[in-house]
Amino acid sequence: MSNIKAITAKEFRSYFDSPVAYIYITFFLVLSSWLFLRGFFLIGQASMRGFFGLLPWLLLFFVPAVTMRLWAEEKKLGTIELLMTLPIRDHEAVIGKFLASFLFLTLTLVLSVSIPLMIALVGDPDPGPIIGGYIGAVLLGAAYLSIGLFVSSLTENQIIAFIIGVVATFALFIVGEEFVVYSAPHALVPVLKFIGMGAHFDSIGRGVVDSRDVIYYLSVIGFFLYLNVRSLESRSWK
Amino acid sequence: MIEVRHLSKHFGATVAVDDVSFNVSRGEVLGFLGPNGAGKSTTMRVLTGYIPPTSGSAHVAGLDLRSDSLSVRRRIGYLPESAPLYGDMEVIDFLRFIASVRGIPAGETTDRIGRMVRRCGLEKVIGRPIHHLSKGYRQRVGLAQAMIHDPDLLVLDEPTTGLDPNQIIEIRELIRELGREKTVILSTHILPEVEATCGRVLIINDGKIVASGTPGELAQGEGKETVHLSVRAPSREAVEEKLGTGELVEKVSWKGNGGEGIHRFVITGPSGKGLGEALFHAAVESGWTISELRPERANLEDVFHRLTRRDGP
Repeated sequence: MSNIKAITAKEFRSYFDSPVAYIYITFFLVLSSWLFLRGFFLIGQASMRGFFGLLPWLLLFFVPAVTMRLWAEEKKLGTIELLMTLPIRDHEAVIGKFLASFLFLTLTLVLSVSIPLMIALVGDPDPGPIIGGYIGAVLLGAAYLSIGLFVSSLTENQIIAFIIGVVATFALFIVGEEFVVYSAPHALVPVLKFIGMGAHFDSIGRGVVDSRDVIYYLSVIGFFLYLNVRSLESRSWK
Repeated sequence: MIEVRHLSKHFGATVAVDDVSFNVSRGEVLGFLGPNGAGKSTTMRVLTGYIPPTSGSAHVAGLDLRSDSLSVRRRIGYLPESAPLYGDMEVIDFLRFIASVRGIPAGETTDRIGRMVRRCGLEKVIGRPIHHLSKGYRQRVGLAQAMIHDPDLLVLDEPTTGLDPNQIIEIRELIRELGREKTVILSTHILPEVEATCGRVLIINDGKIVASGTPGELAQGEGKETVHLSVRAPSREAVEEKLGTGELVEKVSWKGNGGEGIHRFVITGPSGKGLGEALFHAAVESGWTISELRPERANLEDVFHRLTRRDGP
């Protein structure tokens, strides 16, 4: 437990040791606010639906950028040899890194709280969907993080980790969308709809936190963290 | 302290370490000597638990490397080749991180780090990001990191590469000092380093141990001893004649005239039989004045070259 804490603290701090963290956060907040506010005043509704509609697509690029470094850099610089010869279990290293990126994502989402505050000033929004939207965003983001982290462990090149991370999360997000499901064989439709990350996000975003959706996200996270531990063990096959 | 039995490591079709067995006792400084790519680093990576062996077994302090990997790792301090460190971190933060993962109680951390900083001479760079440090300082941070939990066994992979001569001497002194109380394994392809620091040497080539012993034993393995002799004598021929009849002397070669009747010679004979002493007595008997009588330093370089030369193309 203390190992996980030490790794989480180290990784979280290392985001801020370079300007990268500030650039990411600024970029995310500016882009999300601008894209959202552009439509907000046109529609004239005190709701964040537009924001949460954008979020999965923004996170699609934001999250792999947050995770691409975590393993790829260790491999590139050889520090993984240092890390894995410390008395740390593989899963502790994986969970520590995941939690650090999760804290970073949560921090970014918390900073975007200026948007609902502003809406509350100019109108009278329904808090349910906003809170639900944020819970959904955290869960969706965490699932993206686990995928991005796993992908990062497969390569020592951060750019490749980023691109594959985007493609992988995009694939998992889109697989349940109507236009994919439409062309799929009939028997697969319910499976695809369940696997697709988007649908689960939409239902939480309506303000309905269903345990099935929560369990879905937790299993995705658990699955990819497990794969990550396995890919660390695979250094033994090389 | 360490027991390695029939250890092999294959990477696909490549055999990096091939059926290696050796023991290291407590308080010994063991050097792995070998050309680049001989399997030194791979052996160390297996011993430190970074990669598992393909076959064979290794025990550290009686603990099996496979089943007790975590306990083994707790007892080892490891400096990987070229000291990979987290460049973005400041030295002090990095050492704090290592201390916390190494399970050093929070109350002792500052004290421990302070000791390491003094011992490795890091006072000036403590607040600097690691990637701003020179190679020598990085290497010392790597050493501080490896020693912070006071391990019984230190594994140092090429601890002096990239350092300047002064730093090399400092690090060697540090290793010798450590060797008094701890077990140290270090690898190098620099021969004087082995002679300067190691109590015992394993010469590794193509993944196999090709020789082992103290640096002196290995050098004498050639069976020859060379002595430089300069004497004031009536003539060169007289000396050659006198020495040539000595039973220990195999070859006398004249190296020139040192001026004022001094002649210089290089004499070779079998090692370990007291060639130097025999020459001294010969000189005294003949009434020559000795101005130099110096055994040549045992030459590990020749042994190394002979053992690790690759035959064929």
